[in-house]
Amino acid sequence: MNKIIILFAAIVTLGFMAFTNHSGGVYKTNTGNINFFSHTAVEDIAADNHKVKTAFENKTGKLQFSVLIKDFEFPKALMQEHFNENYMESTTYPKSTFTGTIDKMSAVNLAKDGTYKSTISGKLTMKDVTKDVSTIATFVVKGGVVNAKASFTINPTDYHIAIPKTVAPKISNEIKISVDADYTHDTK
Amino acid sequence: MNKILILLFLIATSRLCVAQDLDLLDEPEVKTTDYTTATFKTNRVVNGHSIETVAKNEFDFKISHRFGFLSGGPYDMFGLDQATMRIGGDYGITDNLNVGLGRSTVDKTYDGFVKYKFLKQSTGVTNMPVTATWISHMGITTLKWPQPDRKNYFSSRLHYTHQLLIARKITEGLSIQLSPTVVHKNIVDSTKFKNDIFSLGLGVRQKLTTRTTLNLECYYVLPNQLEADKTNVLSVGFDIETGGHVFQLFFTNSSGPFEKAFITDTKAKWLDGNIRFGFNIARVFNF
Repeated sequence: MNKIIILFAAIVTLGFMAFTNHSGGVYKTNTGNINFFSHTAVEDIAADNHKVKTAFENKTGKLQFSVLIKDFEFPKALMQEHFNENYMESTTYPKSTFTGTIDKMSAVNLAKDGTYKSTISGKLTMKDVTKDVSTIATFVVKGGVVNAKASFTINPTDYHIAIPKTVAPKISNEIKISVDADYTHDTK
Repeated sequence: MNKILILLFLIATSRLCVAQDLDLLDEPEVKTTDYTTATFKTNRVVNGHSIETVAKNEFDFKISHRFGFLSGGPYDMFGLDQATMRIGGDYGITDNLNVGLGRSTVDKTYDGFVKYKFLKQSTGVTNMPVTATWISHMGITTLKWPQPDRKNYFSSRLHYTHQLLIARKITEGLSIQLSPTVVHKNIVDSTKFKNDIFSLGLGVRQKLTTRTTLNLECYYVLPNQLEADKTNVLSVGFDIETGGHVFQLFFTNSSGPFEKAFITDTKAKWLDGNIRFGFNIARVFNF
């Protein structure tokens, strides 16, 4: 009887292992970088987030980002406070997410060092507002590490970010978002 | 035998978990500590200090005015004909350690302080219910001696205030601060009066919008310490934050823009209409 149970368990185990291996090929990082930059004649404002979680799946090209708003670092402490308190309301809306696809995933050969380009398209959610975003990303594969870079612009008013008239000249309505992440193969 | 069975089962299920973990967004958050920020809009509640400190290498320049009594009526333009003022600033040596200097027209007083935030409200790995700041002030009165012929000591010009400020941001909008305070006067008018005066401050702020707040502040001086004509200070004000500036507009019954003055020298009573309009303007500079 015991033998039968062991046999059954072994089959189940191997079955799961086979299944998970088959669907493998996830590349991820928890230390991706996102920078935003607002340029106006009055003032340039920039901030960095070095704790961006992102992953993509080799087979499907599925791409995901999760960003904690509080993790954006500003050169001035007061700017950071106002960003969280007044503009992003990060206690109410702690996270921003992106879910989309690497459209030409098959053109990116992760097994071969080189530089590849693909359009990225998907949905960006900030402050509970979801908008379509698309851009071109550059993938540099080197020694198993996949570096991806992309940038796009957003208008803060699209995401219900209220800017009072008095500070409007200091904040651009075309904020450049730059993404830079080193993905490694998730071997777990 | 059963152990092997359990082991195999665990391996099987753990692999299954990884497979489901493909969706990154479902991954549990990495354990971190989330520190509460912006308990108050600025480092003053109304007259007194809040637990907030200015960041490292930042200088917060402050101009404070308190006008005359509203009860002065149209003849005194409801108090605007008179004013007391303090000019000064707070500087961040570190994010938590501040020093400040100021000069007030009240008793021609210079004041200085050292302020240190030693606990920060947080959730996550470290759970801390409150933020706590210690502040020690010293003031020097530079009025001419009332009796220049007698022997006067420089130490008679000095007074000190020590405060433990404890605050909690209860909700995104509501913060409450308790401020046990001791004021020490090197000289008092008579031996009947105390050199050390104990009081308890209460500060409340409620956000009205993201950039404006309603603030209430009072200091209760424990009984039998002060002259009978002295009263407790009560202030109600608004903070209006515009980016680089914070404007604090308020009504108070004290003319004193430093701790010893508004805690122990207040005589005017709200019930008599002896209320003053006042404002603090704060502007932060970066170095």
